[in-house]
Amino acid sequence: MAESDNIVVETAEKIFADLADPQEINNDRKNTWQAPLWQALSEAGLPLSWVPDDLGGSGASLADGFALLNAAGRFAVAVPLAETMLAGWLLAQARITSPDGEMTVLPASPKDRVGLDADGLLSGRARGVPFAKSAKHFAVLAHGKDGAAIALVDATKARIEAGLNVGYDHSDTVTLDKVQPVAIKPAPKDFEQTNLMLMGGVARSLQIAGALESMLDISVRYSNERVAFEKKISKFQAVQHNLARLAGESAAALAAATSAADAIANAKSLNDEVYLEAASAKIRCAEAAEKGGGIAHQVHGAIGFTMEHILHRYSLRALAWRDDFGSESYWAVELGKLIANRGADELWPLVASR
Amino acid sequence: MTAALRFDPIRLPEKCEQLRKEVRAFLAEEIAAGTFDPHKPNREDTDAPEFSRRVGAKGWLGMTWPKKYGGQERSFLERYVVTEEMRVANAPTRRFFVADRQSGPVLLKYAPEHIKMDILPRICRGEICFAIGMSEPNSGSDLFAAKTRATKTDGGYLINGTKIWTSSAHIADYMIAIFRTSPPTKENRRHGLTQFLVKMKQPGIKVNPIGQITGQYEFNEVVFTDHFIPDDHVLGEVDGAWKQATSELAYERSGPERFLETYYVLTELVRAVGPNPDTRSAEGIGRLVAQLHTMRRMSVSVAGMLEAGKEPVVEASIVKDIGTVWEQQLPHRVRDLAAFVEETATNRETLERQLDFAIKTAPKLTIQGGTTEVLRGIIARGLGLR
Repeated sequence: MAESDNIVVETAEKIFADLADPQEINNDRKNTWQAPLWQALSEAGLPLSWVPDDLGGSGASLADGFALLNAAGRFAVAVPLAETMLAGWLLAQARITSPDGEMTVLPASPKDRVGLDADGLLSGRARGVPFAKSAKHFAVLAHGKDGAAIALVDATKARIEAGLNVGYDHSDTVTLDKVQPVAIKPAPKDFEQTNLMLMGGVARSLQIAGALESMLDISVRYSNERVAFEKKISKFQAVQHNLARLAGESAAALAAATSAADAIANAKSLNDEVYLEAASAKIRCAEAAEKGGGIAHQVHGAIGFTMEHILHRYSLRALAWRDDFGSESYWAVELGKLIANRGADELWPLVASR
Repeated sequence: MTAALRFDPIRLPEKCEQLRKEVRAFLAEEIAAGTFDPHKPNREDTDAPEFSRRVGAKGWLGMTWPKKYGGQERSFLERYVVTEEMRVANAPTRRFFVADRQSGPVLLKYAPEHIKMDILPRICRGEICFAIGMSEPNSGSDLFAAKTRATKTDGGYLINGTKIWTSSAHIADYMIAIFRTSPPTKENRRHGLTQFLVKMKQPGIKVNPIGQITGQYEFNEVVFTDHFIPDDHVLGEVDGAWKQATSELAYERSGPERFLETYYVLTELVRAVGPNPDTRSAEGIGRLVAQLHTMRRMSVSVAGMLEAGKEPVVEASIVKDIGTVWEQQLPHRVRDLAAFVEETATNRETLERQLDFAIKTAPKLTIQGGTTEVLRGIIARGLGLR
């Protein structure tokens, strides 16, 4: 989508190019770039892409929003754009109006649950919540005796233990202790935590795929510049074959992620086919983050291991994104159980249905 | 602009799903009639001429070709569905697969009209089998080192030399081969090879079977001694085969056969672990299925590019690279995961027999039809590294 036919992506790419240049960001030790970038994204209505007009958002399609996340991955954007988009999307499921400002979504792990008691108060602990520290509000999926509910929570009402993921972005533990939400409504029928995890997982898959596209680009460029043994290292067959494998991993990640995004954008419900697409995307993209990122570092040698070089902005974030909304191991187990439960003779019909 | 390759999420149109039902019903009938056993990929008799004719009668050979040559003028996506269903069922496609995928399209593009009218309808009817004559004893991946000579004589050429590793040559009616008509030039070492249509089972051609490590005899040595080929059997430009070879690679390298050759062991593993697998088996199966799904989506996407008239040579090379490495590793991963399968699993013996064969098959998968090394070279060229 580099040559985009999508106005949302075009707008975002222009903002990223102007205000989120990877090298400038990397040189900026005080993070002075964050506020202007967030402001520009907000003014363009991008963080609330998935929120309908009447709920305070810009009402972009699911497909456009997914393409935007892929573009954000190509710039390894380190502001809560994906998180605010997901939060707005979750709130919109229950027709709750999105507030301005940064948001994030919780739980962010399939193992964590937030409870809803008879008094309408929320309690529970969610670990690994991306950008909780900088969020003004949380979109929360909670479970009470009447089923799932979606709530908007003021971030100052929660206890937040700050943490950093492997990519140096905030990944925090959020504890709610009998918190009164700003707004709460029942979740739509059949909307479960799995729906949220798969949506988050596909968002992360697109970001990982985007990061891999950029890792491929900067690795190819570097190999055409760097001279060793009196020739460009791009001329060594061993390096060429490594880069060919990186191209394969990048292509596989992008194919899996865009296919899952397409499946979700056109899905009427969460059936086995959509589950296969979304779970596979997270599994395959996470594997590609490891294999592809490893090759990008190998090609760069020592310079890629420095904080001064931009490679780690992509490679470490891609690795960190593996952990959000269920790791590849989690989804592999769940997908494996689904496949086993359907039975051997139903495997091929499921794969061929896509 | 990024160097990354896009595989857009092409979906198979509704008509493909109708066709898929027809193919499945046909294969179920063939299995019921005892034509082949889908659980036995290593059956002795992989050649099934009558089955081939019945597939032809269904209109599933040369599906994309013009009707005047016996084709159906259907889409690449429809052909894709037929190919993958045949492959997953372990149907005996040996007799017609090469002609349908590769040889027919070459003839369509380069053969004179009277030869097209003669041969293509017979391919469509499933009557004839093709082989591909590329490798020689001293020329494998390095195609342009081929030495087998085609010497000009009255009304045609005399062929002398040896082709090797030629699959199906022992049953083939025709071969499409490259022979040397001129020496290479200083400027272009690829110059001097010409593509020919060879009629097999003729004087001057001797086919010697070669045993493979699977215990099968699928490939052969083919020795040419003053074998005569008439002028009208030249395909394309004399000395210019190098210009013709590349565009066909996208057809040859991106199909479902490039990741499904050992698929049967995955099905059988799922059967063996049963409906309630332990965590280890579940994770292993989940990863394999996610990888399989991703490759298939990429492969379908390439079929969509072909349908749109593109020549996705690099994309196809990526599918074959990832696909063949995967299908090569698959039997070993399945073996790992099957290590703790209950002794009482009803299909245990079937799985073990299949693994035995798949493990022996695995080494060839990253060699046949373009080695991993050749593919990565093509991808590297696509990235601008060569």
